[in-house]
Amino acid sequence: MATAPARTRPGHLARREALIGYVFISPWLIGFLVFLAGPILASLGLSFTQYKPGQIPIWVGLANYVRMFGDELFYLSLSVTTKYTLISVPLGLAIALGLALLLNQKVPGQRFFRTVFYVPSLISGVAMAIVFAWIFNSRFGILNYLLSFLKLDGPNWLSDPDFTLSAFVLMSLWGVGSTVVIFIAALQGVPVALYEAASLDGAVGWRRFIHITLPMISPVVLFAAITGVIGTFQTFAVSYIMTSGGPANASLFYLLYLYKNAFNWFEMGYASALAWFLFLIILICTGLLLRTSDLWVHYEGLGKK
Amino acid sequence: MMPLTRSSSTSLLRILRTLPTYALLIVLGTVFLLPFLWALTSSLREQGAGMIFPPRFLPNEFHFENYPRVFELIPFARFLGNSVVITGIALAGEILSASFVAFGFARMRFPGRNLLFVLLLSTMMIPYPVTMIPSFLLWVRGLNMFNTIGPLTLPAFFGPAFSVFLLRQFFMTINTELDEAAKVDGANEFRVYWQIILPLAKPAIATIAIFSFIANWNDFLTPLLYLSDRNLFTAALGINYLRNFRGGGELSYQMAATVMFVLPCIVIYFAAQHFVIEGIVTTGLKG
Repeated sequence: MATAPARTRPGHLARREALIGYVFISPWLIGFLVFLAGPILASLGLSFTQYKPGQIPIWVGLANYVRMFGDELFYLSLSVTTKYTLISVPLGLAIALGLALLLNQKVPGQRFFRTVFYVPSLISGVAMAIVFAWIFNSRFGILNYLLSFLKLDGPNWLSDPDFTLSAFVLMSLWGVGSTVVIFIAALQGVPVALYEAASLDGAVGWRRFIHITLPMISPVVLFAAITGVIGTFQTFAVSYIMTSGGPANASLFYLLYLYKNAFNWFEMGYASALAWFLFLIILICTGLLLRTSDLWVHYEGLGKK
Repeated sequence: MMPLTRSSSTSLLRILRTLPTYALLIVLGTVFLLPFLWALTSSLREQGAGMIFPPRFLPNEFHFENYPRVFELIPFARFLGNSVVITGIALAGEILSASFVAFGFARMRFPGRNLLFVLLLSTMMIPYPVTMIPSFLLWVRGLNMFNTIGPLTLPAFFGPAFSVFLLRQFFMTINTELDEAAKVDGANEFRVYWQIILPLAKPAIATIAIFSFIANWNDFLTPLLYLSDRNLFTAALGINYLRNFRGGGELSYQMAATVMFVLPCIVIYFAAQHFVIEGIVTTGLKG
């Protein structure tokens, strides 16, 4: 007899707790619906229309997507962004790993150098673009001046289409500091016992790095690679400020092209199609990285995968 | 004192071993510091300094007046003020809403909680450009908020995912015994959140506050989209505006403005370095 009320009571309590739980998460839930789910669907809808602000959207079916695949600037911006991603992400990871390995050797002053490498990543964006626009100046900039000491004739970084993307890659490397911090934490998480066992087996130096360090930190490298790719596909401020996509569209990053379509030429339907394509690219890149991760990522304690 | 010679000789060996590392660190460190130093010294140089070859590192004489000159050329004080207001409101909104939502995910049991949390995590992968155009139409045409700070501040009040995630992870590490004790004393969930969890979460809140500040302070695209009235410009728009402004093409003025712009972020980093590093390590968040 006593079980019946005892059961309804927790039931009532659980309902009350659930209700209050929903109250707590409601700001995010509302935000998710209004600022994320809604706009994502709206952007899909808009991508099937021809739409200029102030006019009524006209349904055009797949026309925007068809137009995309015949649009030279679309291919160009895609290739600029892909090239930039393929160079700057692996290079950035390698340099960040190198710096993290250097800092992980227990040398005094480690914190000082960590700060030196990290602080530039606080400045990425506008400020970085403005400073580097001067640094890359072909006639009066310090980069070419420093290169002249090495008997190198520095190129016209930002006005020669062959070198513009290289300038952007160089600049991006200045911001590897946050990845360095993540890698240092990962390196410090590698169990010392593994290194001790390895040194008994005679594995030192390079072999130790290849067989122990790299596999142990590979999940973190994968994570950094994914966030890196997502980031480079959204490069905007630096190219908007430094070159506006030029010279000869050599730095027409995908997002800059999308922005120009939407807010300079008010082709909001077409720009929405571009946005959805960007979404797909990022999904595919992330998926590919995760899929191939079986080949090179080692998950401790989980056996394979 | 006998072992001293031995230990000092091994420590000498150790120092010798670390020398190549140091040499490399110093060279690379210099490369990383160079743009800063150059921006700083250039901000103190004479007019026309950007057009001198070879470029110099140190000014002939220090032109500190370049700094006040920036405020005469453009309304930079107003731009900085706008940035402070926007960053401050967004910061408050983010702390309040993210901690509130995180409490729900960490402490309350309700159907669909895990599914919704996975959904929240996956929203972090969605690139901003995907929602950019409809969001713009919503703010500008739907809510009529073009040239207001609404689009730059209000979204922060809806539990930004990164911060919710970080705080939820932190709340999970707080012992529930405290909650239970408070509930026995008659406190409801909202009081537990406000009076127990929130004060205990200060380190995690400091972390999200710093990241929110840095992100909003440096944001360029959002103010570019929503603010066209010069009086509403943020400092990030302002330093770009200066470049295209008559008389603003000067290297020294641009660098002076840029130095002033980045200073708050650097000061905050040095004041709260520990929280920044902790935050990056736990979330993999990029600064």
